[in-house]
Amino acid sequence: MKRILQLVAAGWMLACIATHAGVARAQLTIEITGGGGSQIPIAVLQMAGESRLPQSITEIVEADLNRSGRFRTLYAGGVNPAPTEPAQVNFAEWRNRSADAMLIGSVQPLPDGRFEVRFRLLDVPKQTQLGGFAYTLNASQIRVTAHRIADFIYEKLTGERGVFSTKVAYVVKQDGRFELRVADADGQGAQVALASREPIISPAWAPDGTRIAYVSFEAKKPVVYVHSLTTSRRQPVANFKGSNSAPAWSPDGKQLAVVLSREGGSQIFLMNADGSNTRRITQSTAVDTEPSFSPDGQSLYFTSDRGGSPQIYRMPSSGGEPTRITFNGSYNVSPRPSPDGKTLAYVAREGGRFQVTVMDLASKQTQVVTDTQRDESPSFAPNGRLILYATELGGRGVLAAVSADGRVKQRLTIQAADVREPAWGPYLAQ
Amino acid sequence: MKKQITLAMALSVALLFGCSSDPIAEDGKPAVEDRTPQPVPPPGTQGTPPAQPRVVPPPGPSRGVPLDPLKDPSNVLSKRSIFYEYDSDVIKEEYRPMLQAHAKYLSANRTARMLIQGNTDERGSREYNLALGQRRAEAARRMLVLLGAPEDRIEAVSLGEEKPRASGSSEADYAQNRRSDLLYGGEF
Repeated sequence: MKRILQLVAAGWMLACIATHAGVARAQLTIEITGGGGSQIPIAVLQMAGESRLPQSITEIVEADLNRSGRFRTLYAGGVNPAPTEPAQVNFAEWRNRSADAMLIGSVQPLPDGRFEVRFRLLDVPKQTQLGGFAYTLNASQIRVTAHRIADFIYEKLTGERGVFSTKVAYVVKQDGRFELRVADADGQGAQVALASREPIISPAWAPDGTRIAYVSFEAKKPVVYVHSLTTSRRQPVANFKGSNSAPAWSPDGKQLAVVLSREGGSQIFLMNADGSNTRRITQSTAVDTEPSFSPDGQSLYFTSDRGGSPQIYRMPSSGGEPTRITFNGSYNVSPRPSPDGKTLAYVAREGGRFQVTVMDLASKQTQVVTDTQRDESPSFAPNGRLILYATELGGRGVLAAVSADGRVKQRLTIQAADVREPAWGPYLAQ
Repeated sequence: MKKQITLAMALSVALLFGCSSDPIAEDGKPAVEDRTPQPVPPPGTQGTPPAQPRVVPPPGPSRGVPLDPLKDPSNVLSKRSIFYEYDSDVIKEEYRPMLQAHAKYLSANRTARMLIQGNTDERGSREYNLALGQRRAEAARRMLVLLGAPEDRIEAVSLGEEKPRASGSSEADYAQNRRSDLLYGGEF
């Protein structure tokens, strides 16, 4: 009898694991739904010897470049053997294919089981080499290397820093459970930072990318935690009487702005990143919430209904008189300044639609940049080029990304789940 | 051994249904209907009534326990929710008798503590809705204190739009979710 029970227990556990493992691995898929204005035509050739790698590196490079909306990748096949040096390239052929640039390279296996990958980026019209690198890597580093190559190409050809090596955090709701996940910017390799039966909202990356602050409802009320991605340990930093929410990191990573109701209402407080030295910096009887530091750390943007309707204000981050920023419409919330401090992304309600809007802070000109209608939580990529946000499509929560000028559009979805609360991570030290 | 594995697999498959969220419903009806009046069997026994009328008088019910006023449906204290208009934290007059009863209960029971959870419908920013829910919870708390409840034993928090009671997007669903809930210690 005991043997039967043991077998039953084992069978049941295996079945449960099998049922849930597939679900946990359901990943973020990204599709481009709108292209940018002028795209750079580039041919990414398969590298000589690339088939020796367990995974294609140039496929990942091509996917990265396509996803940015700044490139049009051309058909790069029909060339045998693959050129590894500029001297071997038939530039006329690639001019005919309308390429402005091309990537060539080689892969050599090393005696210790690792690989050496060399690549060169070429200017096709000028028939010159723009740059090249060699990497030594093992099979588990293929994705990271591909993203670095894509970053190099992006920066060389657009003059902007690439974000292919960054991470994104987001919350998945499925079967009544919630998970805070961290994935590569292309949606691959998602890790679960927190799994809970209660909601998780407002993830916020520390500027050094090693910690994430978030709000969890596991205590049946909102509490702010700081979670270390390197140790997987976390600490409640705001767990006062009443509600604790809306964490925002100062650019030097030393302080957090939070919203507390411990003195009544919802007001903005500053604290050290470990939760000590809490002090109040807004003084109103209204709702003051959604603090967001300017990139120079000198100002805080926030949402307040002190004027009768929720609008965006800016105040000195040490406290002081706020200045109103938004004046159109009766509902402007969720302010996020761009990494260069010149633009503000936020959500405006107009005619029942909630849409991500950008404002040029110098001219105060505004532009709605999405064609979705239930937008929330805008988050800038660290190069300021793309805005990641949450919205609703087909009755479920999805993420979307749009370029700051509204032209490039992407949709990020997970099968059979709601995705929400995205936060784009910072550049990571290499 | 083979029989054991087959039995084990059969049991595993049966238990596998325990992995999913819907348990298999049990039908408690007896196969044959017996029309002879029978005493209600005490809780915990099988439901099958005996074929003959009993000659021994049936045992009496368990010792009476007073109904918990907080959970008794005929007691106003079991009413725990206040509903609101869109974008409003105004508590309508109809809730006054209920709040009066709760204030009285909290004053009379020195160990009783309350958590008020404010909620909103799903439209708009999550953090702004968290703050609106907080406003609703605090308005309820203020009224309870005005009606005599002790301030230090009531905590007001917000769940914003995160724990809706109604999951749809109709106006009726939204109205269900614009709500403050009053919870007593042991319920949270």
